[in-house]
Amino acid sequence: MSSTSEISEQTAAANVNQPNVSRERASSWSLWTRQTLAILSLEIRKNFLSRRALLLYLIAAAPLGLLTLFALFRMPGDNAGSFSGMGVEFAAIYGGLILRTLVFFGCAWVFMNLFRGEVVDRSLHYYFLAPVRREVLVVGKYLSGLIATVTLFSITTVGSMLMLYFSLYPAESARFFFEGAGAAHLLAYLGVTILACIGYGAVFLLVGLFFRNPIIPALLLYGWEWINFLLPPLLKKISVIHYLQSLVPVPMSEGPFAVLVEPTPAWISVPSLLLFTGVVLFLASRHIRRMEISYAGE
Amino acid sequence: MTPTTTATTTASSTQTVSSPTASAANLPAASAVSSDRLIVFEGVSKFYGEILGVNRVNLQIAPGITSLVGPNGSGKTTLMNLMTGLLKPTRGNIKVLGTSPDDPEAMFQKLGYCSQFDSFPRGATAREFIEFYLRVHGFAKQETREMTQAALERVSLTEAADRKVSAFSKGMRQRVRLAQSIAHNPSVLVLDEPLNGLDPMARAEIIRLFRQLADAGMYLIISSHILHEVDMMSDSVVLLHNGYVVAEGEVHGVRDEIEEHPIQILIRCDRPQILAARLFEHEQTVEARIHNDRQGLFVKTRRPDDFYLLLNKVITEQNLQIESVAPVDDDLSAVYQYLITADGGQI
Repeated sequence: MSSTSEISEQTAAANVNQPNVSRERASSWSLWTRQTLAILSLEIRKNFLSRRALLLYLIAAAPLGLLTLFALFRMPGDNAGSFSGMGVEFAAIYGGLILRTLVFFGCAWVFMNLFRGEVVDRSLHYYFLAPVRREVLVVGKYLSGLIATVTLFSITTVGSMLMLYFSLYPAESARFFFEGAGAAHLLAYLGVTILACIGYGAVFLLVGLFFRNPIIPALLLYGWEWINFLLPPLLKKISVIHYLQSLVPVPMSEGPFAVLVEPTPAWISVPSLLLFTGVVLFLASRHIRRMEISYAGE
Repeated sequence: MTPTTTATTTASSTQTVSSPTASAANLPAASAVSSDRLIVFEGVSKFYGEILGVNRVNLQIAPGITSLVGPNGSGKTTLMNLMTGLLKPTRGNIKVLGTSPDDPEAMFQKLGYCSQFDSFPRGATAREFIEFYLRVHGFAKQETREMTQAALERVSLTEAADRKVSAFSKGMRQRVRLAQSIAHNPSVLVLDEPLNGLDPMARAEIIRLFRQLADAGMYLIISSHILHEVDMMSDSVVLLHNGYVVAEGEVHGVRDEIEEHPIQILIRCDRPQILAARLFEHEQTVEARIHNDRQGLFVKTRRPDDFYLLLNKVITEQNLQIESVAPVDDDLSAVYQYLITADGGQI
């Protein structure tokens, strides 16, 4: 260990009580930006490349796989409906499978693991022992989760819609997307997916901070979001799905027992969801400032 | 260097009151030094529900090496986690050179903590691991690279720096964590059992590094339950028992106690019989007993420093394969018990 003996007292003395110059020079915002980017770089790698990411890939690929199978093994005459019914068909697939189930559980998996996963892996203390504001940590981790879920579920949304349309009615679909309202619908669904990741992401990040076993609260939330169509108008508004459903271009049929309410206009839905996300992230930041690390019992 | 540690406690359970050290008389008393230059615990208690972590701890820690000593469960790690903000005190205040653990942005610029949590990001190399957390500090890329290299050199890990940490031995992982905790050049270094898993030679070298850092004016707070190592490296000692600070002071008192009480060491190796025979030829060995599984040797010694030197020599001469060398807790507990009860708890 020759290098150890090379450390002179002078060198060590120079280090003591002298914060790094470049760090000191950086303004708060530029420092926070650098820290956020550093957190992002590691967290994105984890979200996309770790073993935990496998489940996310499976969830995101599920509708594409199902639609591919459907296209491959479709019996002649299966597309007995008409092209005009495709909008309702995709709305059902999107609302029932993609939005309410896959995006929901995909976000639950990614965002709950942002902190809970680190507690299980016993590595959260490295962040807590760095000179980084806990709020910056929340933002960095949240953005990393958002990048992962938005990327994958955007592909899912776009891929599913195009696959469903083009596998059944290629010529009509081409006209619909290039000359008709198809592109606008596609963008609207994409926007809803992104907003779902934003809203659900914030909720599950908070759930992951509060609960040692976040699966049960996630299932309760899932139930709440699913029974939304049965709820009275006031309670409907205490959910993420209500605002998201208000934004889809073709409403999903919710059956004969649904309590019908007017969709909330986009100019209220979008800011409401963003405001809700901000409040939830604020609560998460407040909680994490007081959070203790004790891995015992994890 | 002015190592002074003062502690008071009103632990009714132990009926012990310790006072500022006599040695502090010819040095600036800790209480006279600005609290911005000290690590201060004021009436700190921590309860885990009904369970006591530490209770009514008052400490002022000055530069130098201060060892927190005590049996398992005595509150050493709790005290360190409180100091670094990983735990919040139920009562009391903590200041590290004038900064509260509630302000991590300010505190961790001057504090590094090498904890016992043996975990790393999956797939990371030693260099990536250290660089990454330096980036989180906010350092620029080039700076990060230089600081990482310097930290790796300090702990002699440059050759293995680009290998995955998951493939490292326990001792190497310990050194990676140590490098990470000193990489940003903190002035306070908190080390929870930093010598665990290191072979005798690496232990000696790391202790030398600690000594150099302390001599340069750093504050090193080290927890250990290995008394002879405490004796070798510490300027002052805080003895903890059942969550209370029961005594504190300079380290020579501890040494005297150790010489009275042999410590027992378990050496896991491939040929314990040969090792026993060779060790018995020397007066450092009081007793040697082969482990029931015949893969280890219990040795008692009153002079651990000399014994470890001898052990190194025998290992080299006999070309023995050593798996681990570790003191045996039961006997250490006996020494703590002796220290806690003798002379009213004064070291």
